[in-house]
Amino acid sequence: MSVIYLLISVSIFVAIGFFIAFIIAVKSGQYDDDYTPSVRMLFDDETKITPQNNNSTIEEKQV
Amino acid sequence: MSEQGCFHCGLTIAKNEEINFDGKKFCCNGCKTVYEIFSLHDLTCYYDFEKSPGATPQDIQGKYDFLDNEAILSKLLEFQEGNTAIVSLNIPHIHCSSCIWILENLNRIQKGISISQVNFPEKRVRVTFNSDVVSLKSIAYLLSSIGYEPYISLENYEAGKNNVDRSLTYKLGVAFFCFGNIMLLSFPEYFEIKEFWLDNYKPFFRILIFLLALPSFLYSASGYYVSAYKSIKSRMLNIDIPIALGIIVMFVRSTFDIVMNYGSGFFDSLTGLVFFMLLGKMFQIKTYSFLSFERDFKSYFPIAVTKINMDTSEESVAIYDVVKGDRLLIRNQELIPVDGILISEKAEIDYSFVTGEAVPITKKSGDKVFAGGKQIGKVVEMEVLHSVSQSYLTQLWSNEIFQKNVEQKHKTITDKISRYFTPILLLIAFAGFGYWIFIDTNTAFNVFTAVLIVACPCALALTAPFTFGNILRIMGRQKMYLKNALVIEQLAKVDTIVFDKTGTITTNKKSNIVYEGSPISDENYLLIKNVLRASNHPLSRMLYDFLPDSKRLKVDNFEEITGKGILASIENKTIQIGSAAFIGISDLEAGEIEKTALHIKIDTEYYGQFNFQNQYRDGLAALFLTLSKKYQLKVLSGDNDGERSNLETILPKGTELIFNQKPEQKLEYIKKLQEKGCSVMMVGDGLNDAGALAQSNAGISISENVNVFSPACDAILDAHEFSRLDYFLKLSQKSILIIKMSFVLSLLYNVIGLSFAVTGNLLPLVAAIIMPLSTITIVSFVTLMSNYFSSSNLKSL
Repeated sequence: MSVIYLLISVSIFVAIGFFIAFIIAVKSGQYDDDYTPSVRMLFDDETKITPQNNNSTIEEKQV
Repeated sequence: MSEQGCFHCGLTIAKNEEINFDGKKFCCNGCKTVYEIFSLHDLTCYYDFEKSPGATPQDIQGKYDFLDNEAILSKLLEFQEGNTAIVSLNIPHIHCSSCIWILENLNRIQKGISISQVNFPEKRVRVTFNSDVVSLKSIAYLLSSIGYEPYISLENYEAGKNNVDRSLTYKLGVAFFCFGNIMLLSFPEYFEIKEFWLDNYKPFFRILIFLLALPSFLYSASGYYVSAYKSIKSRMLNIDIPIALGIIVMFVRSTFDIVMNYGSGFFDSLTGLVFFMLLGKMFQIKTYSFLSFERDFKSYFPIAVTKINMDTSEESVAIYDVVKGDRLLIRNQELIPVDGILISEKAEIDYSFVTGEAVPITKKSGDKVFAGGKQIGKVVEMEVLHSVSQSYLTQLWSNEIFQKNVEQKHKTITDKISRYFTPILLLIAFAGFGYWIFIDTNTAFNVFTAVLIVACPCALALTAPFTFGNILRIMGRQKMYLKNALVIEQLAKVDTIVFDKTGTITTNKKSNIVYEGSPISDENYLLIKNVLRASNHPLSRMLYDFLPDSKRLKVDNFEEITGKGILASIENKTIQIGSAAFIGISDLEAGEIEKTALHIKIDTEYYGQFNFQNQYRDGLAALFLTLSKKYQLKVLSGDNDGERSNLETILPKGTELIFNQKPEQKLEYIKKLQEKGCSVMMVGDGLNDAGALAQSNAGISISENVNVFSPACDAILDAHEFSRLDYFLKLSQKSILIIKMSFVLSLLYNVIGLSFAVTGNLLPLVAAIIMPLSTITIVSFVTLMSNYFSSSNLKSL
């Protein structure tokens, strides 16, 4: 049953790993703004979708 | 057709002014230009996220010239090394997802910008750019040209890099980490099953639990020890003393238990307690990052002004470098930063930010102009009399009230209760100890520690944060933004309310316009309206909005004479609109001098005058009537008493009206009331109320636009919600009631726990059940009650 030592130690280390990740995330300011990222993730490269804009990019390239 | 809004900004398009471009309709050239910029850079998706999200770009010629000044520039930049620079700009217009999108795609419009990132709640954009390719000035111009004018004020000049305090988040993280793991590890102990392998591993589990409890005990809870120590030092018993005592005793006893192999100790309860209390703290701090409650004149004053040198060359200088005798150039819409003497012939100065008065004041050459006014009209020159810090308005901030730490000003309800709680608790602990010591020494120590552990007022300490945190959010949703939870207690205690007049109980949005004189025919109304259209003077704008809609005519000749009026010819008629002197009639004919009026003369015939009266806010009379039943009401005004008789008819009897008050006098007046034992709430709006707002027990600032400006205060109330002031007062009183009710509830838990403790039967398991149970019931009780009160009060209104 001494495997319990190993198991518990491993689980604690995994937990500590996540904890460190959390600290790093806070430190880098990821939790300072909790609204903008939720909007930002919904944007993609919108400009490429509409055909109209494709035309204008071509025009620009020609210039 | 005209009902349809502008494609860019959404404003209704005036007839004849509609601009068709690219199949879209625009209200003005400014909006069209923004659209052109966007379509040129493939950014028309801007209009897909939100309908007409834009703002019309303002004329900003010369406004950002000071950004060429290296010294000022280096103060504004957040980071600069080599050619990489980072700047964080405040943009009040940020309001929707389109804004985020366009501002984060700035690099497509302007070369040299590498990254721009929006912080929506703070309404800021952080731009990383190559300073060799693009200057901050051109970024400012670019932003302005697309309708996102950055707001740069003196505040930015000093702030530099502000460090965000994230220690509470760290503490909470540590506490949760410890709490969760300890809970898992103590699980086997809860079911006291005699099993070989469990007994075998007990020491290992306990050592791990002990080690895990250390960070929570030493780091997460450290705030409580500091606070307890401070309060003992200042001989004020606050709630943190029993908390700190409970935590320490719990830790010592649990360590003792583990070392002596008596049991598993209370580490699970200990860490749980620390975690929940920190959670409460976190919940109480509801920040409105886009608002600032600490604003003084600095966030309002510009960073730099244009100085005229001896050799008539112009130069941008930082405000702090302006000295007596300098000559300054003030452009249209620029702020006068210092007291001085007007050199130019005439100027119109709008003091609405200072006094709340919407109508600008005319100054002549040689008149004194005070800092804080906004110049309207042509460029003027002035000579400096005082430096910034010595000006009439800014001197107010040297008053000691602005140096004080607000937190020490008031005592909280929790602290008041704990003044009784702590001695009683110690009494019980010692009584239990004294009783048991004659029977069994060992039990005596157990009882003593158990009392301190179980009575640790975690539920008590949690009620206030959760109630206030919830009320804070409820009020915030209804556009009453409180600085912190302490304000709620202050609001509940208020017995005297002092109102500022101009801008607070009156609105500067619309004015009550009354016409006196011989009747004007419809044709003439049409002519007047068309003449007014070309004028930018606030009075003209107000009158223009007041007159009925009409068709457009071409104005042949238009001349606006600063400080006097308008002279225009239209349809072969000469129209004069302006002051009595301008029209050529004596003051006697014009009636009372104190009235603000526009006189009308068409050709040679004098028609009459439009009088502008203060427009009181909707629901003012009803609000005062309800409030007068419970509170002493007073109105303080910086104006003369011309409005006295009018106010007396509107406001209930017994309302004290005091006129001609200077900013310092307002502050003194509040102070005197407080010395008499009154708890004063000040409701104001302008910079001249700043002193009174700071001195009062609760200072509320009324704001037409919460994003723009409000002086330092405890709460910001949206002007549209002004008539509901009594509701907010009632709600804060109810929240105190809720706290008192839940105090009773938590004391009940304490009594149950104590009965276990005093008899010497407190097992770790019992403690581990009672503590979270009391916490959860208290938190849910408090949340339910505050939601109930907020909505039931709503219905009764």
